[in-house]
This record gives sequence, C-alpha cells and structure tokens, in this order.
Amino acid sequence: MSLLKITGGTVYDPTNQVDGVVQDLWVRDGKIVAAPVDPTVRPDRILDATGLVVMAGGVDLHAHIAGPKVNLARKMRPEDKRHGAVLPRTPITRSGTLGSVPSTFATGYLYAGMGYTTVFDAAIPPLGARHAHEEFADTPLIDKGFFLLFGNNHYVLQQIAAGNTERLNAFIAWLLQAAQGYAVKVVNPGGVETWKQGRNDLAGLDDRVAHFGVTPRQILSSIAQAAMDLGLPHPVHVHCNHLGLPGNWKTTLDTMQALEGRRAHLTHIQFHSYGGDPDNQSQFCSLVPALADYVNAHPHLTVDVGQVLFGETTSMTGDGPLGYYLHKVTGRKWTNADTEMEAGCGIVPITYKEKSFVHALQWAIGLEWYLLVQDPWQIAMSTDHPNGGSFLAYPQIIQLLMDRNYRREVLQQVPPRVLERSVLKDLDREYSLYEIAIITRAGPARMLGLPHKGHLGVGADADIAAYTPSADKLAMFELPRWVIKGGEMVVEQGEVRRELFGPTVRVDTQCEASFIPHIRKWFEEFYTVQFDNYPVDEHYLPYGSRTVPCRPADPPHNSRP
Amino acid sequence: MLQLTYFGQSQIPVEAECLAPDQLAGKTPGEIARLPVQHGNSTAPLGDFFEIAGHADDQELRLMGDCSRVKGVGRRMQSGRIVIAGDIGMHVGAEMQGGEIVVQGQAADWAGAEMRGGTLRIHGNAGDLLGGCYRGGRTGMRGGEIFVDGHAGHETGHSLRRGFIAVGGQAGDFTGVSMIAGTIFVFGSTGRRIGAGMKRGTIATFGTAPALLPTFRYASQLAPAFLAMYFRRLDELGFLQPQANLPPVCRRYCGDLASLGKGEILVFDAAAT
Repeated sequence: MSLLKITGGTVYDPTNQVDGVVQDLWVRDGKIVAAPVDPTVRPDRILDATGLVVMAGGVDLHAHIAGPKVNLARKMRPEDKRHGAVLPRTPITRSGTLGSVPSTFATGYLYAGMGYTTVFDAAIPPLGARHAHEEFADTPLIDKGFFLLFGNNHYVLQQIAAGNTERLNAFIAWLLQAAQGYAVKVVNPGGVETWKQGRNDLAGLDDRVAHFGVTPRQILSSIAQAAMDLGLPHPVHVHCNHLGLPGNWKTTLDTMQALEGRRAHLTHIQFHSYGGDPDNQSQFCSLVPALADYVNAHPHLTVDVGQVLFGETTSMTGDGPLGYYLHKVTGRKWTNADTEMEAGCGIVPITYKEKSFVHALQWAIGLEWYLLVQDPWQIAMSTDHPNGGSFLAYPQIIQLLMDRNYRREVLQQVPPRVLERSVLKDLDREYSLYEIAIITRAGPARMLGLPHKGHLGVGADADIAAYTPSADKLAMFELPRWVIKGGEMVVEQGEVRRELFGPTVRVDTQCEASFIPHIRKWFEEFYTVQFDNYPVDEHYLPYGSRTVPCRPADPPHNSRP
Repeated sequence: MLQLTYFGQSQIPVEAECLAPDQLAGKTPGEIARLPVQHGNSTAPLGDFFEIAGHADDQELRLMGDCSRVKGVGRRMQSGRIVIAGDIGMHVGAEMQGGEIVVQGQAADWAGAEMRGGTLRIHGNAGDLLGGCYRGGRTGMRGGEIFVDGHAGHETGHSLRRGFIAVGGQAGDFTGVSMIAGTIFVFGSTGRRIGAGMKRGTIATFGTAPALLPTFRYASQLAPAFLAMYFRRLDELGFLQPQANLPPVCRRYCGDLASLGKGEILVFDAAAT
C-alpha cells in the first residue's frame, strides 16, 4: 500500500509527550507507522504541513448524534430545521440540514470539518440500538460508538437487589454484545424508574426505588464495580441524580464519594454543580470549586463538562423526569418516551439566553470546570451536544479557554450577579495548544480506553487534523487546513474531498452461556421483543466494526486508595 | 411597475421566494430573469417560467397568468405592493413584514403564515392555515392584517399572536386554534372546535352560531364598543359586510379553559338580541 509522509508540521501529541515539535509523520494502510529505517525508501506521496499545527483527529466522548431520541428531536422540531442552515448536495456529499440536531450525513461532515474523527453517542436504550446503528451507517467520516443505558434497567435492578453480582456482570456483558455497544451508562440511577412509576424523584442516594428496593448508591457502586470486573475499557459513565436542580452539588459530591474509589467518568458535570435552593432561584450559585477539589484529589475520576453556549438548542436526555422538569420550567413542548424495561427519555427545546442570570451562570460554571481541574487528562471538552449547545461551538470554547481577555469581554456582557455567584472572574488560567490537544483528543481517547485514537504514535489510526496557526483561535479551530481520516484526505479548507465511512467501535465482552437461560426467561416474560430477535447482527454494521478488548479486571475497589 | 406573466406548464410547483418588490427593486429584467427559483429538486432561473417586463423601482409588482403553482410569493417582503391577477400558490405573504399583497383570485394554504406586518387581501377563497403557524412553531401571525372576501380553510389563525384576520365567508375547523392573542372575525359559519386551546384573544362570529367546545363558559351579553374601530377599517377596504346588517349584541364566551382561558368568543346572531 502507498506510503504517505506528512512533513514539517508542528505536532502536538500529548499521549507521546510531543509538545509543539516540528516532525514528520509517516502513514501506511491507514495507520501511523515509524519512519523507514532504510534511507532509500521514498514515500509515494508527500504532504507539506510546514507552518501548520498538527494534532490527532478529535475525539468527542459525549454527544447525542444517533438513535431514537435524536430522531424524535428532529421530528418534534420542524421549526428548528426550517430556521437552520441547509447543507447543499455536492458531487461528493449528500444534502443535509443543521439546526440544533443536524441530519445524519450532515453530522459526519460537520464533525470532520472541525477536525473530529471519533464520536460516541452517550445514551442509547438497548432496544434502540438497532436504530442507532442504522443512523451510524448514514454518518460518514467519523468512527462512532455508543454507551448503553443500564441505571434503570429492570433486570439490573433485580440483580442488584438480590445481590447477585455474577448475574449482573453476565447481563451487562451479554447486553453490550447483543446491542453492539461500547460502554455502560448510568442516567439518574433509580430516579428514572421511580418517575416512570408515577412517583416524585428520589430525594437522595439512599432513597429506595419502589418495587425493587434498591438505592441509587447501590446502583452506582454495583454497576461501577461490574464495569471494573468486566475490564471495560471505559469505566461507568455517570449522569448523576438531580441534574439541573439548584443545590445538586451535594448529590454530585455524594455520588463521587459513593463510588468509593472505583473508576468512573462523571458526565456533563456543569449541570451537576449548582448551589442554592431548588425552591428559590435567587440563591442559585456555582459550587464548582468544592467539586473540582474532589476531582483534583481523586485521579480515578474523570469528567466532561457539558458547556452551555447561548442560543437555541434541544435538550434530549435519558433522564425522563428531567425532561418533564424542563417542560414545566420553560413551558415548551415536550416528548416523553418510556422504553419498556430499560430506560426513559425526555426532549424539550431550550433557548439559553445571555441575559438570563441562570443561563449565564451555567455558562460560567462550565468554564470554571475547565479552569479549575488541574490535570487536563481528567477533563474532556463537551457541550453534551445538543443539550448545552452544538458541538460546532467547540472552537468557541477553545477561544474562551486560550484567551482570558476574550473570556473577560464575554463575562462583561452577562448579568452582573454572575460575577458574584461564580469564581470565573478570578481565574487567569489560559490553556496552551498542548492542553487543548489533551481535552479534545488525547484525554477523551484515554478515558474511553481507545488505544488507536487520540494520538499520533506508531500504530495509531491515521486520523490527523492540521490547523493554520492564528491568534484568533476561533477561526483556527473552526476551519482546519485539512483533515485526514484513516490515511485519506477527507476535508480540505472546509470542503469535503472524499466521503468514507468509519467503523463502529464496540467492546468485546463475553457472557458465559450458563447465564443465558435466565435472561431468556426474563425476556420472554416481560419484553415485547422476542429474545432471539433482540440482538443486533452484523448486517447493521455495514462499514465494519473495531472491537476493543476488555482489560484485565481492575483490582477489588477496597484495595484502591 | 414590474409585470411578470407566468407561462410555465409544469405540474411541479415553482418556489419563487425572490418575488418580493423590495428584493427586485433596482434590478434589470435580465437580472430578474436570472434569479434562481426552486423547481422540484433543482434550481432554475426565474425566466424559465415568467415573461418579465418593466422594473420594480417603484416597488410595484404585478403577477399575471395562472400562478396557482407558484409558491412563496412575497415571503418576508418588507415593503412595496404585489397584485396577483388570479390565483396564487401556497405561502403567499408568509412571514411578510410590511407592504401590501392583493390576490384577486384564490390563495392556497399557508397564506400569510407567520406574517409580522403589512396587509394581505384575498378577494377569493383562502386555503388552510391562513395566517397560521408553521408546524412545530410557537407563534403564527405576529402582526398585520389579512382580509379574505371568500371562505377560509381549516386552522385559520393557528397560534395567532397579534394582528387581525377577517373572513367574509365561512371558516373551517379549528379556527383560532391555540390563539395566543389577536383578533379573528368570521362573517360566515365556522367549522368544529373553534378556539380550541386559545389562551387570549378574540374570535367574533357573525354567521351561524358555532357549536362551542365544553371548555368555553358563557360569560355575558354585551355590545362591544371596540367593534366600531374594526368596522371602520373594513369599510375603508370595501370589505363585504355592511355594518348595518349585523346584530348589535353578542353572547360572550370565555375560554379555552383547558388552556389559560383568557380568550373570548363573541357570537353575534339573532339569538343574542
């Protein structure tokens, strides 16, 4: 196969401790390879990257880009599509629509157009897995995978209540295989099921879920431990209880402590960092410093931010009661979905207003997280697309992080109370390009346990983005000079040059056959779907898959610090 | 004045949103002929469908020929005047902000949808969702006036937020559905479920008394003084209904109580007097 040499680029590759070094990259068969030892070997193609900033392709570990909820959002918001831009068809690309929830093909083009080449959907109910894979098959230019919802699954709750760890682990392993998923997601553990029963949300981590008799604390610790026992490459991905409620920082801290040293990723942490009283908006404030201190002291925890950006977007969540709460607060239309034994879902349009104290404080809280977590390897960039804003806002976030003067200019435009209720005005930190490379590609890849992504070392996928250096970081990261996917030039100066499809990333878990009859029996008693029809077969992955092996099981959690 | 005569034969609609006087002013006939319009799944020059004469520097536009398949005329126009000497396709005057459109024939669905200002006069009948809200939107017409001498279809004034719609003939089902505010007059009969989900605003019916939803409560009889101002405007326009023939007193119903319930339906008929 042909050999490509990319010469003269200024490379930022934190995984390999390369910080702005001018060096060559060699690519063969879609992979980064070592420079030939034989000096007579000549590359078939040379790409001159002199003067450009070169990074691995971006990795988004938490977005909502496929599956039932995303499609429901598209359907319930025709006005969003009508006001959104249109991507016209070209000889290479399909047409598409934007708005807050872009169509499938447009999603792929737009991510790649920004230099991102790997994206994970963060909340797929297992029954919706087939749908998600079908949409993935229509999402070009990126590798993709998804996390499966487990935190309110009836079988899971039953096994936790029974204390049957073996059956719990086996079920998680089986379901990840059956749905061709990648990681374990927990959304409002126990709270969604409680709300589905028509009850008020749980007050704390030690309230019991009616009928099942388990607590959020038990759900969290059991599933986190299961992920570790199975050696999943990505630890449990936690959407804490009480998202969006003033005063929820205490629940978030309780959640971190409830994990008792187990590895975990806490997602869209911005939405879980609020002080104040749920019944009194005037006390709403940021409590990021207390939570960030905890994360700083516990390296087994990682977070992504869920940054809020001002503008129109669509909230979509597996947290059914949250959807209802937003519907009541905003008075806007609402979709609620109950996925039988598995999960919930709520979708509500939302407009984040710069002049709104609450929205502006949410914006500030997100930035505080980026600036207060000391180790950039513990924090990943996200907007929880589209919940906090579109993934297209990542360059804007980069500019806010790299330029404190710009950050302060924006801060001057928000309600003055925000300055009193957050510490953002006191934070002088500016991110370097090296740190940006960590939170946008190297860090998320490491958190996900993807050995082949997020870096430019030998053996990595040749997903490479080159940016034209500029003091205007927004312009720099909005429009890469070029993007290479799997060794092929796919985007040049914002224009898609070639449409190719990346594989689906899944995890290789094994479930002992002896556990299957029990799962089958449960299915046949309760599900609307026949057990044999439930698993997603290979036909739904027309562009192949990349299977990531499980790691050796982590040591028991009580031996960890 | 700019005169465009439609000579297209295609059954496929032509989406000609460029046909707004303020957009065409200052352009030569050649430039206008080259403006892109959507025809099915492809774009084509306007000149493929229209014969063009004159200029629009005076912001006067006249459409001739059978334009019943020409959609979006006057969309988002801000000023000027369009006279359509016959029928017109869907979305005429949609989202218009100012100026005047006169349709001398029939108008298809979505006429004046989400309009914000200006005047839309339709001498014939109008289709569904006159002054209505596009699917998924939060508000329909937000300002301006719509006068229909003939009948109007279903969902007239869907989510009306502000402005005035007068229908000389009958109006279909769900007239004023989800109204937020504003005023609708219907001089003929109305279909089912008039005012369903309305929060505020006024619907006045002057024809056969409508069957109201059970979520409307009888409030009182009254002779509203504000009607005089509306009728003066209707008289100015030579609208169909002479004031003298109308009953002076109406029955007032409040609703929709399934929603905010601050709206009113005024029923003017012989029983009220």
